[in-house]
Amino acid sequence: MSIKGKAYIAGVFEHPTRKADTQSLAQLHAESAMGALADAGLTKDDVDGYFCAGDAPGLGGLSMADYMGLKLRHIDTTETGGSSYVVHVGHAAEAIAAGKCDVALITLAGRPRAEGMATGTAPRNYGAAAPDVAFEYPYGPTVVNQYAMAAMRHMHEFGTTSAQLAWIKVAASQHAQHNPHALLREVVTVDEVVNSPIIADPLHRLDCCVITDGGGAIVVVRPEVAKRLKRPLVKLLGAGEAVKHQRGGKIDLTHTGAVWSGPAAFAEAGVTPADIKYVSIYDSFTITVLITLEDLGFAAKGQGGKLVSDGNLIAGVGRLPFNTDGGGLCNNHPANRGGLTKVVEAVRQLRGEAHPKVQVKNCDVALAHGTGGSLATRHGSATVIMGRE
Amino acid sequence: MAERTIPGPPVNPETKPFWDAAAAGTLLVKKCSACGERHHYPRAICPFCGSAATEWTEASGRGTVYSYSVFRRAPIPYAIAYVTLAEGPTMMTNLVDCNLDALRIGQAVRVVFKPTEDGPPVPMFTPA
Repeated sequence: MSIKGKAYIAGVFEHPTRKADTQSLAQLHAESAMGALADAGLTKDDVDGYFCAGDAPGLGGLSMADYMGLKLRHIDTTETGGSSYVVHVGHAAEAIAAGKCDVALITLAGRPRAEGMATGTAPRNYGAAAPDVAFEYPYGPTVVNQYAMAAMRHMHEFGTTSAQLAWIKVAASQHAQHNPHALLREVVTVDEVVNSPIIADPLHRLDCCVITDGGGAIVVVRPEVAKRLKRPLVKLLGAGEAVKHQRGGKIDLTHTGAVWSGPAAFAEAGVTPADIKYVSIYDSFTITVLITLEDLGFAAKGQGGKLVSDGNLIAGVGRLPFNTDGGGLCNNHPANRGGLTKVVEAVRQLRGEAHPKVQVKNCDVALAHGTGGSLATRHGSATVIMGRE
Repeated sequence: MAERTIPGPPVNPETKPFWDAAAAGTLLVKKCSACGERHHYPRAICPFCGSAATEWTEASGRGTVYSYSVFRRAPIPYAIAYVTLAEGPTMMTNLVDCNLDALRIGQAVRVVFKPTEDGPPVPMFTPA
């Protein structure tokens, strides 16, 4: 069974806040949910499927269904870190295709800034029962130094440079200047990126994404529902998901699970990278984007540095416009989980509702990709391909 | 210079032999007697073939740096690394007792055990 054409994205919402001092976590989820339902022209009473991940409070889906008063016949709380919501889009389409629900709601929210969380720079400890913790936590693994090791290896094997990585941030900043909600709207140069302080070799401060509060939501519906709504039709064409791990110690930091999720999504959609007009790529760090673009087939392995250089990712300038909202590097990274906002900006592009300065002409096929966990050693990868109808 | 405090590894029945050996200055690697593969971190069940016939073997303590990163922003900068053991598996570790500005991928290293705050010592590596 394929999901191609079996489900549409009818509503999206990105919470405008970037620092939620006056809202609770459940409230941010619910505000995002109501925003996406209003965008679709639906109400919460239309929802019969609900999807959330580890950022949802309490008992997750149960607590949020209780808070929002949802009457559900399908629930899915798949947790793959920041890629969860991209996985959820695929799962929602599967559930709709199987007749398990008609209107699927996906929510994300978090308050890391309001809570003063050291998101990327404090060692993460997932608890003594996590089988890896004893063999990793004593060594001080943080989000940033683990991604940095992937960058270091990529530079060693392929000659990738800091200046090439910097181009990714430069492109994001070129886009963010047009987004009034973006946390960082200042355009930066390659020199400014490579001269910003080193956080973990070889990643600089400006290679790292922002820390923001907020959230977002997506509404996925069956075709009959989508066609009676008033919004432009965004059809799901293909989805792929994968988990990459350490393979018992046969560690390879040069690729991600996108080498599996990408081909699965392209095959289901019946398109190739050459057909994609716009990409939303999870950008926790610049290196995440570079490796992912290679893995998805937009460049040969090791050639990502050339692909991203010289403004190639800038809308209206380069051949592969990416993250036109400013992405996680400049705009928003709610709850330290960037997958949901990747889908949101891809939908804006397909609808022709991106900012006019960054709207891609004739944007009929777009891709969104999420990465969640520690890059190349324990993460979820998820790819969705969508088309305008 | 002050040393970074190292949190102790939580020990459980599955991994206790590893930590007992670490306390005695020996690095152990799990080997599967069904498929012959060695793995790390150590598991009772082989991650390659699913067999429960895994056994502890003594490692030479020699390896090479697969990748590393010096965490400059930490109050006391330190080098996290993946070291590929002579026996095959690659493990997360720290590179210690060395010039953090002179590290390189491919460098030969040897194991040293460093005390932790509240647990057994952990294997780290230093230039060979």
